[in-house]
Amino acid sequence: MLAYIAKRLAIAVPTLLLLIIISFLLMHAAPGGPFTQERALPAAVLANLEAKYGLDQPLWRQMATYVWGIVSDFDFGPSFIYKDRTVNEIIAQGFPVTLTYGSLSFLLAVIVGVTLGVFAAIYHNSWLDYLAVGISIGAQVLPNFVMAPILVLVFTLWLRWLPGGGWEGGQWQYIIMPVIALSTSFMASIARITRSSMLEVLNSNHIRTARAKGLPERKVILRHALKPAMLPVISYLGPAFVTMITGSVVVDIYFSTGGIGKAFVDSALNRDYAVMMGVTILVGALTILFNLVVDILYAWIDPKIRY
Amino acid sequence: MALLELRDLEVSFDTNDGVVNAVNGVSFDLAKGRTLGIVGESGSGKSQLAFAIMGLLAKNGHARGSVRFGGQEILNAPPRVINPIRAMKIAMVFQDPMTSLNPYMRVCDQMAEVLVHHKGMARAGAVAESVRMLDAVKIPDAAGRIRLYPHEFSGGMRQRVMIAMSLLCRPQLLIADEPTTALDVTVQAQIMALLADLQRDFGMATILITHDLGVVAGFCEDVLVLYGGQVMERSPVDPLFAEPAHPYTRGLLRAIPRVDQHGEELDSIPGSPPNMTRAPKGCPFAPRCNFAAEDCHDHLDPITEFAPGRWRACNRKVEELA
Repeated sequence: MLAYIAKRLAIAVPTLLLLIIISFLLMHAAPGGPFTQERALPAAVLANLEAKYGLDQPLWRQMATYVWGIVSDFDFGPSFIYKDRTVNEIIAQGFPVTLTYGSLSFLLAVIVGVTLGVFAAIYHNSWLDYLAVGISIGAQVLPNFVMAPILVLVFTLWLRWLPGGGWEGGQWQYIIMPVIALSTSFMASIARITRSSMLEVLNSNHIRTARAKGLPERKVILRHALKPAMLPVISYLGPAFVTMITGSVVVDIYFSTGGIGKAFVDSALNRDYAVMMGVTILVGALTILFNLVVDILYAWIDPKIRY
Repeated sequence: MALLELRDLEVSFDTNDGVVNAVNGVSFDLAKGRTLGIVGESGSGKSQLAFAIMGLLAKNGHARGSVRFGGQEILNAPPRVINPIRAMKIAMVFQDPMTSLNPYMRVCDQMAEVLVHHKGMARAGAVAESVRMLDAVKIPDAAGRIRLYPHEFSGGMRQRVMIAMSLLCRPQLLIADEPTTALDVTVQAQIMALLADLQRDFGMATILITHDLGVVAGFCEDVLVLYGGQVMERSPVDPLFAEPAHPYTRGLLRAIPRVDQHGEELDSIPGSPPNMTRAPKGCPFAPRCNFAAEDCHDHLDPITEFAPGRWRACNRKVEELA
């Protein structure tokens, strides 16, 4: 198992390198650049700026310099737009925010989604099932850019319970609405996957055996059905977790939380090459890491999977 | 009083193609310690009969009639009645040992939970008793192997585990639903020999569901021939093989391949089992029966005892079946 993990981590290095190369090329293939403005800069000024940020170098050298900066100093470079900030600073400031509301959203989505899905499957075709399916479809068709303004409308403007935005170092009043807005659609997906997987497991032969043993239904579900029913859910949760903790531009904008979700989109619009690369690498690395976590969990649940 | 009494058991399923009538009015008694073989082709309703007794029908299945075990009505019984009977008094061995054991649990946990749940044993004691039972079904190195997962056993060994698990509480009735169908021929013989030994040692009544008359001949005292969800013939095993009294039983016996039969085409019963979505009217076997007359398609005489202990459901007299 340890050898397997080491191997997977070793494979992660060329994977990330490939990610860097492709993103770098795509980024530079897009028209415009960080210093393209509505009123064109004088040619001499532009040349000076490009020389300062190394943009006058051939592409392969820019890439080599960039990768070397990461490998030698873990330096992801300066922002091309915000002149006094580095990419490391931008991520260090924004990521804890998205990590906080993302993790909480993840927990909420898993707990509510799995519970809803399990009960819908147990009481298949009953009013409880229809209610659970109804809730999950409702949550799925309410995208967070609709959810967020509705939440603000209800809890801030009408009820005046919660502040409409801001972060304030992550006080609970500021976290609630971002968490709800981000988690609903994930919760709905988790509930749907859990329900269908649970229904399938409940029809399997070994569940019939468990019932033939005279175990009460509660034990049949908890001891025999839940674990295998979680397999498809877990493979969904790995990538979903990464998506959630790297934040959402909608949440960051509506609730002014200051996470990296907004930083990422801004960087793409401004052609802020360094920030774009930094966030891409962060998401890529987390994706690789949590896919590994998913595979390890698989082996833990299913004894037939051994690495 | 018989150990198990079935009266007019009917099982039907609601499906998208309409109601499927799998079992249509089966009655029989099974005495303590007796072995009964239930024989029939695929789709004759034999497995669903067993599931109905255990209360394990699929959700779209409905059972009517009466099943009494030790005098107590257990058909469609609520969990509080049926759960203490399952495994404790009636145990079941399923057809496919590959999928019937829980692939995600160690064998020791799957076995021990039966004793922990029903007898309130401590886990260590339950595991020790499970090891003894694995020894009884002749699994070598039981103490070591009980820690393994089902996929680490061969098919035959898995079925032995399944049998051991079903016998943990010394049930009074064992229902074995085609226990050897999924296994190699050589392993089949071993498993049947093991079941015969265990049946003798433990003295439990046994219902063996099979489509293999050869297996019935070697194992059972009584035979029930099922067709289209109805009992065609019921008899002690020897006279049934010597003088089968029903056209369907005769067809089944002729369809058994024989080693002294060279070059000739193997006998088979022409046609295929009836479509069970239509309500049965008349004898279900009539469309395939050489002796069928007009009246056979309209009605079937109720099953009658034509000789001591021998029952048949057929409109023609035994003498007419030349």
